[in-house]
Amino acid sequence: MTSVTDVSPARPAFRLTRAFGGIERLVVPALLIAGWEVFARSGMLPPALLPAPSAVLHALGDWVFGFDETTQTYSGHWLRDALASALRVFGGFALASLLGILAGVAIGWSRLFEKTLEPTLQMLRPIPPVSWIPLAIIWFGIADKPAIFLVFLGAFFPVLMNSIHGVKTVDHNLVRAGAMMGANGRQMLTDIVLPAALPSIFAGLRIAVGSAWMLTVTAEMVAVKSGLGYVLWDSYYFLRYDIVLAAMISIGLLGYLSDLGLKAIMARTLRWQQTTTVQGRAG
Amino acid sequence: MAAIELRNIVKVFSDKRRGRDLLTLDNINLDIEANDFVCLLGPSGCGKSTLLNIIAGFEQATSGRTLVGGKQVERPGSDRGVVFQQPTLMPWLTAIDNIAFHLKLKGIAKAERYDRAMEFIDLVGLRGFEHHHPSEMSGGMNQRVGIARALLMNPSVILMDEPFAALDAQTKLEMQEELVAIWQKRRCTIVFVTHSVDEALVLGNKIVVMTRRPGRIREAVNFDLPRPRDITSPEFNDAKRRILALIREESTRLAQAS
Repeated sequence: MTSVTDVSPARPAFRLTRAFGGIERLVVPALLIAGWEVFARSGMLPPALLPAPSAVLHALGDWVFGFDETTQTYSGHWLRDALASALRVFGGFALASLLGILAGVAIGWSRLFEKTLEPTLQMLRPIPPVSWIPLAIIWFGIADKPAIFLVFLGAFFPVLMNSIHGVKTVDHNLVRAGAMMGANGRQMLTDIVLPAALPSIFAGLRIAVGSAWMLTVTAEMVAVKSGLGYVLWDSYYFLRYDIVLAAMISIGLLGYLSDLGLKAIMARTLRWQQTTTVQGRAG
Repeated sequence: MAAIELRNIVKVFSDKRRGRDLLTLDNINLDIEANDFVCLLGPSGCGKSTLLNIIAGFEQATSGRTLVGGKQVERPGSDRGVVFQQPTLMPWLTAIDNIAFHLKLKGIAKAERYDRAMEFIDLVGLRGFEHHHPSEMSGGMNQRVGIARALLMNPSVILMDEPFAALDAQTKLEMQEELVAIWQKRRCTIVFVTHSVDEALVLGNKIVVMTRRPGRIREAVNFDLPRPRDITSPEFNDAKRRILALIREESTRLAQAS
């Protein structure tokens, strides 16, 4: 049997976990990194094959700030490499978002576009973007263009699919309500269907930004001579696994930050979606 | 000229998967006068919502004529305000933007929109909540927004499809009282679909009893009990007994037929 008094001793404990909540989530990564450091220093594997976290951090630090040239030609060039990759991601992603939303809304909205456009796009969709690399190189050469093309291919389909879905699943009654209030065809699209489809479109954009980073790095390994992916692949040839790991960390971090940025835009745009009650807000 | 004239309305839904047709409305004839508060009363599936959707222009009758204000109904329009069973508000708009949506579509500037919408915010008792989103309000409050939205268009008729069905009993009573007060104050024509005999008798001054599918009009009863109506009074109960008898007669007739 529980009584009301049973609840009160639990409260301070709850506050305690809240105060230490920030530390709590660091426990697992800290243990992993410590274990890795110990294992790397134990000499069970040659240090060249598995660099210790401290060595990776050292390499990353020199790559970013260039203090002792441990990363040789990359020393102090991190910002340039990161920017090169980020611009490819941004270029391909922006193009894919624009065309993906346009095509998706058109297909979801009009039977004509659905019949004419969708079958072709759906047939292209299962082709893995990386399999376009040979064609991308002959068409666009070795530079930014093939990378942007690949990023576009990877980001386009998630945006397309989610935009189609968003438009198709708009509450039928909202459309009726719009018609009742005298909306014409264009207003129905811009004032009712598009805002209603936004949550789904944003879901597509978030998947797309992930694919965009994946494909930028892939393209840089094969078809471009700059960027984080190029540094990663180049360091692999020179057996610098500390730089390989530093590049992986950089890509992870930038990918995470892009998603965070997108999430912030989404939270602002879709503020109406946050289901706070009147009581919840007052309290 | 009646505000709404329904002439020989027949609605057949074709059930393609089963390859047969379903007769939903069978020869409906009804005149609704201006400023009437008409309740369409009938069991679920009798086609009363379909009839309302035909008046609203959301659906087309298979045959027959629908006239609102003497004009043939062909599509939805702002001369017919609809209050849906679910509030059906734009979730990305605040209460006042939802109410003023019709004005926005007409390209009226924001200041004037808000100015005109505030009157209706007050009318439905939502002052202080005008900048809340639907997700931040209760079902009853959202339904008030839905009613205010329909009233703002100043339509010649208001069509309501069981708008209070999803509300709790207490909120429902409050909303019914407020709706009657609004109707008395603004003198509009209301067609209100319900399956509740009590609700029909509390609200309507004309009650149209419909039969089970295929929907026909069993009887249209004028009901002029003074307001506010006391649902425990003998007069109310007499009327209720009469309506229930009409419905029961219908069920017995069906039972004998089968």
